[in-house]
Amino acid sequence: MLDDFMTRATLAGIGVALAAAPLGSFVVWRRMAYFGDATAHAAILGVALSLALQISVFAGAMAVALAMALTVTILSGRGYAMDTLLGVLAHSALAFGLVAVSFLSGIRIDLMAYLFGDILAVSRGDLAVIWGGAAMVVGLIAWRWSPLLTATLNEDLAYSSGIDPRREQLILTLALAITVAVAIKVVGVLLIAAMLIIPAAAARPLARTPEGMAFIAAAIGAGSAVVGLRTAYVLDTPAGPTIVCVAAICFLLTSLFRSTRRAGG
Amino acid sequence: MTLLDVEGLSVGYGAAPVLRDVSLSIAPGEIVTVVGPNGSGKTSLLRALIGAVKPTSGRIRRKPGLRIGYVPQKLHIDPTLPISVERFLRLPGGIPHSACAPALERAGVPGLSRQQMSSLSGGQFQRVLLAHALINRPELLLLDEATQGLDQPGSAAFYRRIEEVRRETGCAVVMISHELHVVMSASDRVICLNGHVCCEGTPEIVSSAPEYRALFGTGTGGALALYRHEHDHQHDASCGHDHDHAHGDKATEAAE
Repeated sequence: MLDDFMTRATLAGIGVALAAAPLGSFVVWRRMAYFGDATAHAAILGVALSLALQISVFAGAMAVALAMALTVTILSGRGYAMDTLLGVLAHSALAFGLVAVSFLSGIRIDLMAYLFGDILAVSRGDLAVIWGGAAMVVGLIAWRWSPLLTATLNEDLAYSSGIDPRREQLILTLALAITVAVAIKVVGVLLIAAMLIIPAAAARPLARTPEGMAFIAAAIGAGSAVVGLRTAYVLDTPAGPTIVCVAAICFLLTSLFRSTRRAGG
Repeated sequence: MTLLDVEGLSVGYGAAPVLRDVSLSIAPGEIVTVVGPNGSGKTSLLRALIGAVKPTSGRIRRKPGLRIGYVPQKLHIDPTLPISVERFLRLPGGIPHSACAPALERAGVPGLSRQQMSSLSGGQFQRVLLAHALINRPELLLLDEATQGLDQPGSAAFYRRIEEVRRETGCAVVMISHELHVVMSASDRVICLNGHVCCEGTPEIVSSAPEYRALFGTGTGGALALYRHEHDHQHDASCGHDHDHAHGDKATEAAE
């Protein structure tokens, strides 16, 4: 069954969508969209380093993404405005990554594959990494769901219940780094944040509970992966961006649904 | 047996201490109100009590296993987060479904559990926060300016409800308020804070204490109270002290 590249691609897309849904919900609730962007952009530096050091791209990307996320978390308490800080770090990490890649003269690497993903080239090994990473992310968030939600609502409320919001933030940061690392192959560093945010945002008008929003986001994300891949195959368009386009159309539809419901009732 | 003992507590962010050498203790079932001007460290005190800020010195001793209910000053729920009242009440977990209705009733807003948090009015929202604090059957209830954004009848009703909750459950209450005249009648004890404990005692004693008058003036004139606050603790004789103020300064110096 896994011999067919379309099957592998579809499974890879679904795996990323499942991990991105609960994490993406938190990214939206906590207004961390830029944070996700910065972490994802930093991953290209990780890719360059791991190619240079000949280690696994997954490990390199994850290490740099984690370092980036931690740097932002630490610096954000030091008086810079968050959007300035993220703007500086995200784009300089991307630029350094692109420059670093150019030094790798020995290896001809297809930069486009890392910027926009190369989901059709997912191997069985990649699939194992993607599903393993996705399972870790879903497991982490499911385990900490209620404390995470409490800390998201109000930090002092969390403290009074014996929850340390900084620890919960760290768990989200770790989950984000893992997601970025596994999603590179699927949608590329430039569109990872889209897979986090768009399905969650599209799920919002349909949901009445936080859990419901995460589940609906997972369904929308997985559906977008399946439909996007099919569309890309038929229309001969780049697969990763097509998946994101389908998710964006879902967002448009649910937003319209909300506004008609509001107008009607 | 006290619920909470604070000894020589100091809290600071960076160089300047916000609180210095604060000592107090809370007995079961008493209502204590902390009053003080803006920047006097009221919120820092409460945050230290719930463990959100680490004291730079001193210590806070809690009765082992003390159950605390906390009502934050404001709680902003991002519009992207869908959450019903019941789901909110049951955070952070371990709360059975059956506990929700009694908690809402005790807080004075029965029957809201299926509503979305975003659909509540300001007054309902505060009551739901109170229900969340009560759902765990706390021995100590902490409220940080819990009536912000409510009009005067609304906050008076809120404080009456707090008194009833104390009577029904026997929990101790520590609350911060700037609405002194509304809160005072409900309090057993008032602590007047301005970086340190200026004075404390029954509402009658505190409201007639010179330290309190120096901070808040004698009447309800807010502008006057603010003016006096800004000039308080300058220990500078050149800026046109009135008699009352000078008196207050001396008394606090003595207390320090």
